[in-house]
Amino acid sequence: MSFDQLETLYRQVIMDHYKRPRNKGVLQDGSLTVDMNNPTCGDRIRLTMKIDGGKVDDVKFEGEGCSISMASASMMTEAIRGKDTESALRLAEMFSEMIQGKDVEQIEALGDAVALQGVAKFPARIKCATLAWKALEKGLKDH
Amino acid sequence: MDIKAVRSLFPILDQEVNGHPLVYLDSAATSQKPQPVIDAITHYYKTYNSNVHRGVHTLGTKATEAYEAAREKVRKFINAESVEEIIFTRGTTTAINTVASSYGRAFLKPEDEIVLTCMEHHSNLIPWQQAAKFTGARLKYIPLQADGTIDLEDVKATITERTKIVAITHVSNVLGTVNPIKEIAAIAHRHGAVVVVDGAQSTPHKKVDVRDLDCDFYAFSGHKMCGPTGIGVLYGKRRWLELMEPVEFGGEMIDTVGLYESTWKELPWKFEGGTPIIADAIGLGAAIDFLEEVGLEEIERHERALIRYTMEQLETIEGLEWYGPKDPDRRGGVIAFNLSGVHAHDVATVLDAYGIAIRAGHHCAQPLMKWLGVTATGRASFYLYNTFEDVDRFIEGLRKAKEFFDDVI
Repeated sequence: MSFDQLETLYRQVIMDHYKRPRNKGVLQDGSLTVDMNNPTCGDRIRLTMKIDGGKVDDVKFEGEGCSISMASASMMTEAIRGKDTESALRLAEMFSEMIQGKDVEQIEALGDAVALQGVAKFPARIKCATLAWKALEKGLKDH
Repeated sequence: MDIKAVRSLFPILDQEVNGHPLVYLDSAATSQKPQPVIDAITHYYKTYNSNVHRGVHTLGTKATEAYEAAREKVRKFINAESVEEIIFTRGTTTAINTVASSYGRAFLKPEDEIVLTCMEHHSNLIPWQQAAKFTGARLKYIPLQADGTIDLEDVKATITERTKIVAITHVSNVLGTVNPIKEIAAIAHRHGAVVVVDGAQSTPHKKVDVRDLDCDFYAFSGHKMCGPTGIGVLYGKRRWLELMEPVEFGGEMIDTVGLYESTWKELPWKFEGGTPIIADAIGLGAAIDFLEEVGLEEIERHERALIRYTMEQLETIEGLEWYGPKDPDRRGGVIAFNLSGVHAHDVATVLDAYGIAIRAGHHCAQPLMKWLGVTATGRASFYLYNTFEDVDRFIEGLRKAKEFFDDVI
């Protein structure tokens, strides 16, 4: 692994989401709360969503973890806000495939989260990247 | 200690990781294995692999002798009185669970107290939570000083006539704190409590004498002391082990079996149900031979010099916080730290890119993370094969991680 590869992992856009997370906080009028943690490393996330008429009207996240897990959460909230729950779940599936290194069509639908593609080359960090998306899936599937 | 000669016995160290010579600073998670240990296991499988304590054939006898010889090596290593007090287990976790499930559930009553500290590894915490739930006993914690050490006055104040068990780690896997086991055992015994010691981080690195410590139970793992995974030891004073029921039942551990009733073998075999962990016990015996040849006092001295140097060097990095006692004489060879603004996982990934292996996370000590007020830390841990150059590479790697994250943000 070289310095270049490190730079692929920690691209500018990822660090930007880490340092300036979008949709950070807890929705007071949310209809759905999901807590999830990664027991092997201690990262945790709380996702609150307001779902109205099958649509993610609003979403916020709050948590503690490494740059990859927190940036991914921030990117996820941006990608799913305003989407219907079915599309949000499809995005989670696309993200999961991307992070496993598979070719994904219409990947641009993931927005900034596409920048996390490089994580596929760091197997030890895949769980960091997927935490928020797993929380999303859990929440919407239980809903 | 001839460090070059020591290192040459560890084939794994001679490699590049991500284009850099490997610096292995994760021995507290698992140590590397020297050639004599690898050879002992290979030799067993290649030349005399057989089940033990049964049959009359030659290989079986040879395997039985080697397995029981390993037990004697362990006895001598920790200075136990007899081999009946040495039980082979899968590791520290199984050893502590055996005490909690057998001794704990048999002798704890409602309102009895189990005394712990919040620096315990989960393996010396959760078995007691479960024993408490099962019996109605209560858990109590000896508070920690600000530097992560224990004050004996607090021990005296916490242990009461109701305390039946004191379970404590010898050396913390995060803080590095070396706890005063002998003094704690004396206090516990004055109140009629037994002392269970988690020795996972002590036995690999310092001379342990269970009779001098006067602990009632002592648990440790082979894989952290140059031995293979899957083998560990439970030492227990014979008078307690005699009173205890086995926790695993089946082959190997029985004396006579009827349709409705059975009786158990004598110690230590009544606690070793099923085909034992033969190859790995033999491997552990080889690890003990190796460690004794180098000398435990020598290993402890070497690690202390490394940790002292590391502490000095860490002070030169701005924004770096490290945890545990400030006095290197009061700690083992592990050091946990955080770099401000950079999460421990990210630090570990950058170090890995430079071939440096450290641990990042909660180190199976979530209550301790809470006490420290962090969710995770990085941790570097040393062993006999580490060098001052390893420390330099580690410090250089930390500087690079800091620069890297300062730059990209």
